[in-house]
Amino acid sequence: MPSKWNFGTIGLKVATILGFLFIHIPIFIIIMYAFSTDEKTFQFPLPGFTLKWFGVAWDRNDIWEAIILSSQVASISTVMAIILGTLACLAVYRSKFFGREVISFLVILPIALPGIVTGISLRSAMSLFGIPFSTWTIVIAHATFCIVTVYNNVLARLRRSSHSMVEASMDLGANPWQTFRFVILPNIATALLAGGMLSFALSFDEVIVTTFTAGQQSTVPIWMLTEFIRPRQRPVTNVVAVFVILVTTLPILVAYYLTKEDEGGKK
Amino acid sequence: MTSTFDKFFTFLFYRKGLAIFLLLAPLLIWLGVVYLGSLFTLLIQSFFSIDSFSGVIKREFTLESYYDLFRQSTNWDIIIRTTTMAFTVTIVSAIIAFPIAYYMAMYAGPKLKPVLYLGVMLPLWSSYLVKVYSWKLIMAKEGILTWCLEELGLLHVLDVILAIPVIGGTSLSFSYIGMFLVFVYIWLPYMILPIQASLERIPKSLLEASSDLGGGPAQTFRKVVLPLAFPGVVAGSIFTFSLTLGDYIIPTIIGNSSYFIGMAVYTHQGTAGNIPLAAAFSVIPIVIMMVYLMIAKRLGAFDAL
Repeated sequence: MPSKWNFGTIGLKVATILGFLFIHIPIFIIIMYAFSTDEKTFQFPLPGFTLKWFGVAWDRNDIWEAIILSSQVASISTVMAIILGTLACLAVYRSKFFGREVISFLVILPIALPGIVTGISLRSAMSLFGIPFSTWTIVIAHATFCIVTVYNNVLARLRRSSHSMVEASMDLGANPWQTFRFVILPNIATALLAGGMLSFALSFDEVIVTTFTAGQQSTVPIWMLTEFIRPRQRPVTNVVAVFVILVTTLPILVAYYLTKEDEGGKK
Repeated sequence: MTSTFDKFFTFLFYRKGLAIFLLLAPLLIWLGVVYLGSLFTLLIQSFFSIDSFSGVIKREFTLESYYDLFRQSTNWDIIIRTTTMAFTVTIVSAIIAFPIAYYMAMYAGPKLKPVLYLGVMLPLWSSYLVKVYSWKLIMAKEGILTWCLEELGLLHVLDVILAIPVIGGTSLSFSYIGMFLVFVYIWLPYMILPIQASLERIPKSLLEASSDLGGGPAQTFRKVVLPLAFPGVVAGSIFTFSLTLGDYIIPTIIGNSSYFIGMAVYTHQGTAGNIPLAAAFSVIPIVIMMVYLMIAKRLGAFDAL
C-alpha cells in the first residue's frame, strides 16, 4: 500500500484493537470472577482469590443433572443432524434439480428466523397435538436448527473434492457402497466432525428455543438463566459459566482446525 | 449380507431420481413436517381466540387476537421499542464493525489474518448466556466499570449519561443504554464477518485502477470500496436486526422491566396462557423480517452471505 495510507492505517489499527478488546475482555472478566472470594456482590477489585467455588459447584446435584441433560440432548441432536444433513448433501451436491435452492433456504430458516419464533411455533404445535414435553421435545427442536452446521460444512467439502476420485473408484471396479465407504466418507470425515462439533456447541448453549420446548427439566443454559434471575449462590454460577465457556469454545477451535484446509482451498 | 446391501446400493446408483429422493426424504420430512408444520400451526393459532372467562382456546377462525394486539397502545409501544432498538443496534454495529473488517480484509498479513478471523469466530460461537451475564457483572453498581470510571475520575460522566431521560436509569444494568451496549457486544461478530467477506472479494486491481485514474484514498474508498462492501453490511444487518428483534433474554436480564416483543410473546403464552395472542405477536417479527429480507435481496445481500 502507498505511504499516504499510513495515517488511516494507524486509525484502523487502533479501531481494530479496541474492537477486539471489546469483544474479548468480558469473557476474561467472567473467568476472573469464578475465583473471587466475594459471595454476595460483583465487587471489583476482587477482595481475594479462592478455588472454593469449584468444589462447591462439584457437589451440587442440580448442576450435574443439567450437565447430563445438556450432553444427552446435544449428542442426540448432533447425531440426528449429521444423518439428516449428510444424506441431503449427498443428494444435492452433484445434481441440479428444481428446488435445490429451496433446500438450502429451508435448512437456514430455523436459525435465520428469530429464536422466539422457532420456539413458540414448536411449542404451540407440540401442545396442539398433545405431545408431552420431555427430553425428546428438546431434541426435536435442537436437531432442527443444528442441521444447518452439518449441511453447510459437508456440502462445502463435497463441492471442493474432485469427482474424478469417485469415477476412478468406480472404474477400478468398486461398487457404489464401497465407493461411498472408502472414497467419499474418508473425504468428508473431518467436515462431518467439524459440523458435528459446531452442532454440539450450538445445542449445548441454546436457551431461547429450549425454554419453549422443555418441560420441568433444565439444561445448563436454563439452569443459568434461572440463577441469573433468582441467584442462590452467585459464585457457583460463575464457575458454571467458565465450564460453559470451555464446552462451547473447545469444539469451535477443533472445528476450525478441521476445516482450515477448506478455507485455504478457496483462495 | 453384504451382497444384498451392495445390491441395494447398486440398484439405487442407477436410478438417480429415486436415490436423490430417498436421500432427501428424511430432511424434507423433518423440516417440512416438524418445522414448517409448526410455523403453519402457529399461523393458524393466531387466528384462534381465547375465551376471556374460561381461558379455553376456541378453535374457530377469527381476527380477534390481531384486533386485541393492535388495539392496545402498549403493544404498539412494544413493537416500536423493539424495532427502534434493532435499528440502532444494527447501525452502530455496522459503524464499529466496518473498520475492523476493513483492517482484517485489506491490511492484515497472511499470518495475522487467521488469528483475527478466529478472534471474531470464537466470541460469535461461544456461549451467548455467559456473554450476557458477563455484562451483568461489568455493569453492576459495585462492578468493574464503576471502578474504572472512578479511577479515571469520570464517574460524573456516567451520572450525566444515566440522567438522560428515557434511555437513562438508576444504573447501567437497568437502562436502555446498558441493554443497547450488550446487544451491540453480542451481535458485533455477526456484522464483522460478512463485511470482511465482501471486502475480501474486492479485486485489488480495482483499487489500483482507481488510484491510477487519479482517485485519492478517500475518493477510492467512497466510490469503489464502499459500494462494493455495502451488500456485506446489509448481510450483516440481517443478523443483527433479526437477532435483536427476537431476543428476550437480554431485555429480561439487563434493562428496566419494559417489554420487548420476545418477552411479550413469552408472557402471553406462558403466564397468561393466551397462545393465540402470543402467536399473533410472533407473526410481527416474521412479517418485519420478510420485508427486511426482501429489501436486503434487492440490495444484493444474499450474494454476500
